[in-house]
Amino acid sequence: MNTSLSKSTNGVYRRRLLGHRVGIALSVLAMAIGLGFLAWILFTLLVHGFGALSHTLFTLDTPAPGSEGGIRNAIFGSLLMVGLSTLVSTPVGILAGIYLAEYGQNSKFAAVTRFVTDIMLSAPSIVIGLFVYALYVAKVQHFSGYAGTIALSLIAIPVVVRTTDNMLHLVPNSLLEAAFALGAPRWKVALLVRLRAVKAGVVTGVLLAVARIAGETAPLLFTALNNQFFTADLNQPMANLPVVIYRFAMSPYEDWQSIAWGAALLVTLSVLLLNILSRTAFRQKTPQ
Amino acid sequence: MNTQSAIAAGKADQAALQEEARHAALRNTMRVQRIQDFIFHKVTLAFAAFVLLVLVGIIVSLAMGAAPAFREFGAGFITTNEWDPINDKFGALIAITGTLVTSLIALAVAFPISFGIALFLTEICPSWLRRPLGTAVELLAGIPSIIYGMWGLFVFAPIFGDHVQPLLKKTLGVLPVIGPLFQGPTMGLGILTAGLILAVMIIPFISSVMRDVFEIVPAVLKESAYGLGCTKWEVVRKVVLPYTRTGVVGGVMLGLGRALGETMAVTFVIGNANELSWSLFAAGNSISSTLANEFAEASSPLHVSSLMALGLILFAITFLVLSAAKLMLAGMSRKEGAK
Repeated sequence: MNTSLSKSTNGVYRRRLLGHRVGIALSVLAMAIGLGFLAWILFTLLVHGFGALSHTLFTLDTPAPGSEGGIRNAIFGSLLMVGLSTLVSTPVGILAGIYLAEYGQNSKFAAVTRFVTDIMLSAPSIVIGLFVYALYVAKVQHFSGYAGTIALSLIAIPVVVRTTDNMLHLVPNSLLEAAFALGAPRWKVALLVRLRAVKAGVVTGVLLAVARIAGETAPLLFTALNNQFFTADLNQPMANLPVVIYRFAMSPYEDWQSIAWGAALLVTLSVLLLNILSRTAFRQKTPQ
Repeated sequence: MNTQSAIAAGKADQAALQEEARHAALRNTMRVQRIQDFIFHKVTLAFAAFVLLVLVGIIVSLAMGAAPAFREFGAGFITTNEWDPINDKFGALIAITGTLVTSLIALAVAFPISFGIALFLTEICPSWLRRPLGTAVELLAGIPSIIYGMWGLFVFAPIFGDHVQPLLKKTLGVLPVIGPLFQGPTMGLGILTAGLILAVMIIPFISSVMRDVFEIVPAVLKESAYGLGCTKWEVVRKVVLPYTRTGVVGGVMLGLGRALGETMAVTFVIGNANELSWSLFAAGNSISSTLANEFAEASSPLHVSSLMALGLILFAITFLVLSAAKLMLAGMSRKEGAK
C-alpha cells in the first residue's frame, strides 16, 4: 500500500520534472536559434563583404557590368538623403513629442495622435513610398532625391515622436514644479528643463530613427530610384546604397553581386553600430 | 513741519509710483509669457497634427490612386487571380494570398521561438547575461530587410532547397491532408522560404513584447506558485502565461503587422511568380513584392492604379492588425498600472 503510493507519486514527480526539463531545454534551444541566425547572417556578410572591400569601392561610381567600379555615388546619396531626413525629422518629431507629453494628458486629440504614431511606427514602409510617389513624384513627373528625403523623413518622424514622448514622461514632476515656482513660463520649462533633463534619451531616439532609415529600401524604389552617376543635385534621381544593393544583388553578374556584398556589409555595420551606440553611449539615466 | 510732511508725501508718492511701475512691468512680462506660451502650444500642436495629417494623406492618396482600378474591376479585383499587365487585366488574389500565407507561416514559426527566448531572458538567464543577450536578439531587428533578402537568396535558399525541402517532401509530403503543401519542385525559393525568413525577422519584435509583459507579472503570484512546489516550467505555463495572455497576443499581432508589410526580404526569395499553387515550395508573389517589382516600371494608368489598390489593401490589413495589437497592449499596461 505504502510503497505503491510512493511509487505513483514518484511517477507524478518524474513526469512533472520531465516536463520542466523539456520546457527549459526548448527555451534554451529557442535562444540558441535566435542567436544562431544572428551569427549566421553576420558571418555571411563578413565573409562575402570583406572580399569586396577595396579602395575602389569608395572612389569609383557604380559601374556597367564587367568594368571596374565602386559605390561612391551611392554612399554619397545615402549620406545626403539620410542626413537631410534627420535634419527634417528631428525638430518635427521632438516638437510633436513635446506636445504629446506637455498637453496630451487628457486630450482625445493626443490619444489619437499617439495611437496613429504607433501604427505608423510599424506600417509598411513601401506604402510610404507609394504615398510620396502619388503626392510628389507623380506631380513633378520625375524621381528625385527630394522625394527620397521626404519618404525617409516620414518614416523617421514617428520614431522620434514616440521616444521623445516616452522620455519626457520620465522627468519627475517635482523638477517641473520647482521651475514653475521660480516663475518660468511653460515653454521655458518644457524646453530648458524638461527636454534638457532627458537629452540623452532623445538623442537615442534620433539615432534609432537614423538606423531605421539608413537601411530602408522599399520607400526609395519609387522616390529616389537610382542613378548610375554621381550627383549632388537633389532634384535628380539619386543613387543610394539600399537600391544599389537590391539592383546589383538581383543581377546575374558576379562583379555586381560582389559590389552588393561590399555595400551590404557597409550598411549593416553602420546600422548595427548606431543601434549599439544608442543603447550604450546615450543610455538615458532616469533623472532622480 | 509742512515741508517735512510734503517731502514725506512726495516720497510716499514716489514709492507708490515705483510700485505701480514694477507691477506694470510684471504684468507686461506675464502678458508676453502668456503669448509665448500660447504660441508654443499652437506650434507644438501643429507638429503633432502633422503626424495625423500624414496618415489621412496616405489613406486619401492611396484611395484616389486606387479608384480607377476598383471602378474597372469592382470587388472582383480582390477575388480574381489574373494579373496580366500586357492585357491590362488585374486581380489581386495571388498577391493577397501570398502576403497572408507567408505571414501566417512566419507567425507559426516565430511564436514558439519568441516565447522560448522571452522565457529564457526573463526566467532562466543569469542576470549578468540578460542585457548582452537581450541586445543581441534585438539586433536582429536592426539588420535591414534587404540584408535578410540577400542572405536568404544566396545562402539560406540553396541550403534549404538542397537539404531541408527534400526531407520535408519525404516526411510531411506523404501525409494525407497536409501532404500537397509539401510537394513540388524543391528550388529553395518560394512561399515557405519567404515565410521562414519573415519568421527570423519578426522574432525580435514578438519576443521583446513578451519580455516586457512577462516582467510585469507580480512577483507575489509567482512566489505563491513556487511555494506550492511548482516547477519553473509550471509557473510559466500556468501563472505567467495566463496572466499575460492579452499582452502575448498583442505582441503576436504586432509581429504579424510587421510580417505583412515586409517588402525587400520577401521580394528576394518568394520567386516572383503570379501563380496560385497548393504547394508551399512553389514560387508566388506577395502584395509588397509585386509593388517592389512592378511599380517603377508600370506604364499603363490601369496598371499603376491596380498597384495603388494593392497598396491600399495592404495598408488596410496592417492598420487593422496593428490597431488590434495596440488595443491589446494598452489593456495590458492598464493591468500594470492597477498592480
